[in-house]
Amino acid sequence: MCATCGCDSNASTSIQQIGEHHHHDHSHSHSQNKTMIAVEKDVLHENNLLAQRNRGYFDAKNILALNLVSSPGSGKTSLLEKTLTDLRDQFSFYVIEGDQQTTRDADRIHATGTKVSQINTGKGCHLDAHMIFHAVQGMKPKENSILFIENVGNLVCPAMFDLGEKERVVIISVTEGDDKPIKYPDMFHTSTLCIINKIDLLPYVPFSMEKVKDYAKQVNPNLEFIELSCTTGQGLQNWYEWIKEKVLVETEA
Amino acid sequence: MHELSIVMSILDIADKESERNHASGIEEIELDIGELSGIDLNAFDFAWQQAIKSTKLENAARKINHIEGEGKCMDCETVFMMHNLYDSCPNCGDHFINIQKGKELRVRSLTIN
Repeated sequence: MCATCGCDSNASTSIQQIGEHHHHDHSHSHSQNKTMIAVEKDVLHENNLLAQRNRGYFDAKNILALNLVSSPGSGKTSLLEKTLTDLRDQFSFYVIEGDQQTTRDADRIHATGTKVSQINTGKGCHLDAHMIFHAVQGMKPKENSILFIENVGNLVCPAMFDLGEKERVVIISVTEGDDKPIKYPDMFHTSTLCIINKIDLLPYVPFSMEKVKDYAKQVNPNLEFIELSCTTGQGLQNWYEWIKEKVLVETEA
Repeated sequence: MHELSIVMSILDIADKESERNHASGIEEIELDIGELSGIDLNAFDFAWQQAIKSTKLENAARKINHIEGEGKCMDCETVFMMHNLYDSCPNCGDHFINIQKGKELRVRSLTIN
């Protein structure tokens, strides 16, 4: 049992620091009279408590934690590779990678020189606050840094699980179709920024920028949008400005 | 299939609560599930049947209170039934809606023996 959070061991989730020899083999998960007990407990209570605990840690260390969510293949890892390379002189970055299997994404991030931790969820379809809690424990991010959490590629399940992030960023690529926001409303409802990726492919696909924003705003009228292409670099500057603004707000607070 | 995680969390709550109350068994569990909570009830049922095997809930009756969605327009203050997160105010068409009911996802009670 883990002394910090009381979780039992679980064979399906594993967390590993990429590029470090030390192997942390400690994996977890949350781990005759009739009486009616009023429980009145939120099902996600445990997750939400740990998420708030993570949030407190991030706030105290002035770490900007961003939860990146999207379908598989929308370009989360490519966007991260670009960002980490382009802004490496301006910020310290940390990355937590969530995938069911393999360290492929973490290896790509590691190649940019960024400290990265890979969470393999096994059959799990999302990250939860508990996994982040342990990944951060192993990673020990420094103060005034930026932590990207790349969630498992899935436009449904990660929506319900608060990780303790400051902002949730949903990424959609133009090849996915412009109706995704109303087909998968929960994710757009809970995000603050929507990145529309692969705009260099717009001439080749039936995708209306106006429609996707209209649908997304029906679900979440406060949602912000940034259009970009990791391939051509178009729009990346707006994304970098957005990050810088968030960091600035953090520092002043 | 996040419904499996949800069911596992419910099992966890049921376990802890019954232990705390020194229960020998659970006869019934009562859940509140809102229409806008993000739970697919078919997936939930499927996960439930699989997950409760050999647990304290295996023979417990399950009662679900389905809570309909209710929104209040932040512009004209109309209160209306909300079935989807993208529903607009039926009075003024606005999408700035304060969701008042339907996000519930909780264990309301346990009947133990």
